Amino acid sequence: MNLLVPSATDDGGFHGPSLDEFFPPGFLFEGTPFEINRIMAIRILVTIVILVLFWLGTRKMTVVPRRGQSIVEMLLGFIRVNIAEDLLGKKDGTRFLPLLTAMFITIVAMNFTGIVPGLNMAGTGVIGLPLLLALVAYVAFIYAGVKKHPASFFKNSLFPPGVPWPIYAVVTPIEFISTFILRPVTLALRLLMNMIAGHMLLVLCFSATSFFLFTAGGWYSLFSVGTFAFGFAFTIFELFVGVLQAYVFTLLTAVYIQLALAEEH
Amino acid sequence: MHSLLLRAAEEGETVNPFIPELYDIVWSAVCFAIILVFFWVKILPTVKKILDERAEAIEGNIAKADEAQRQAEAALEQYTAQLADARAEAGKIRESAREDGKKIVAEAKDSATVEATRITTTAQAQIEAERQAAVVSLRTEVGTLAIDLASGVIGESLADDTKASAVVDRFLADLESSESASAGKK
Repeated sequence: MNLLVPSATDDGGFHGPSLDEFFPPGFLFEGTPFEINRIMAIRILVTIVILVLFWLGTRKMTVVPRRGQSIVEMLLGFIRVNIAEDLLGKKDGTRFLPLLTAMFITIVAMNFTGIVPGLNMAGTGVIGLPLLLALVAYVAFIYAGVKKHPASFFKNSLFPPGVPWPIYAVVTPIEFISTFILRPVTLALRLLMNMIAGHMLLVLCFSATSFFLFTAGGWYSLFSVGTFAFGFAFTIFELFVGVLQAYVFTLLTAVYIQLALAEEH
Repeated sequence: MHSLLLRAAEEGETVNPFIPELYDIVWSAVCFAIILVFFWVKILPTVKKILDERAEAIEGNIAKADEAQRQAEAALEQYTAQLADARAEAGKIRESAREDGKKIVAEAKDSATVEATRITTTAQAQIEAERQAAVVSLRTEVGTLAIDLASGVIGESLADDTKASAVVDRFLADLESSESASAGKK
């Protein structure tokens, strides 16, 4: 499973990380739409872990919480209060809470596998999941807008009221691109690129460590201390990035929904 | 980062991180759908239920505390009322005691006056009786004296003033002597 240093140990030369790591060979259902490779297996594992953890955490809930229940409540409370209710208010916040909660938990958990030893690959590291989540957010905010303002949502989005009509020639294409194209694209790419970059950095640091320590030998071994320290620091940093990206993704989704709901003015 | 991507693009035309494979989308959808349904159907309703219960419990406790406070206030009011009653009653008792005392003093004064009057009356009656007795005895004695004086007067000539005065002087001397004699006899 040690794919962190795939090439350094093979032939003694140093090979930096490559994008091929994000497309490992499939080992099950090869060639079908259900092909399972290492990363798909990680996603399935993460899904199971999420189900088990939250099932355990909410199995015997009591009015006066115990430790495990408090942690689960704190996490869900953070999403409910700081993301959903802060931006959407009590009523709409409750409406979109399941979506936002599932989104946040999925992204955090999938991000963390990037630094779990043995897994070493974020579930969000290949475009499928970020793209899917971005499309879900896209559908969610368009749904929210159309449901709230069936007649005027698209009109107000593309032709903002209060603008002199000749300006629409400029404003409308900009609004169209920013609202209906850039929003999902930036959501997906921001998350994906963060995870890819994080993985690359970690692989670079740790494969360099391995190379200096075992292959180069001699005085070069001293460099391994530095590269390992960087690797360690970036591991901590990835932990932070994992939470931050999940927060940003979920928060932006909530913001888009809120904008769609408040389109009128 | 950029150079890495570029290099990757140069190395293999097949690898493009921005074009999703079908299986990638499929498994993403499966995983996310499972998680979404799990939270939607199971976790969030469970948590919401427990939060509602907690809110209810807290509200219940607050209501209970309110009730206890109300009861305490009622008890305090009752105590205050009782205290006021007791004060009023004590005042009443004191007042009546004062009146009773006044009455007793007045009665005592009355009875003393009556007693004094009675004593005075008795004394006066006694004095009167003694006076009567004295008058009676005086009258007897005066009678005797008058008879003695008369017999003496009759025995002598009353024409002569000197005689008369001598008679009287003799009478008084006799009287004196008889008295001293009777005193000496006693």
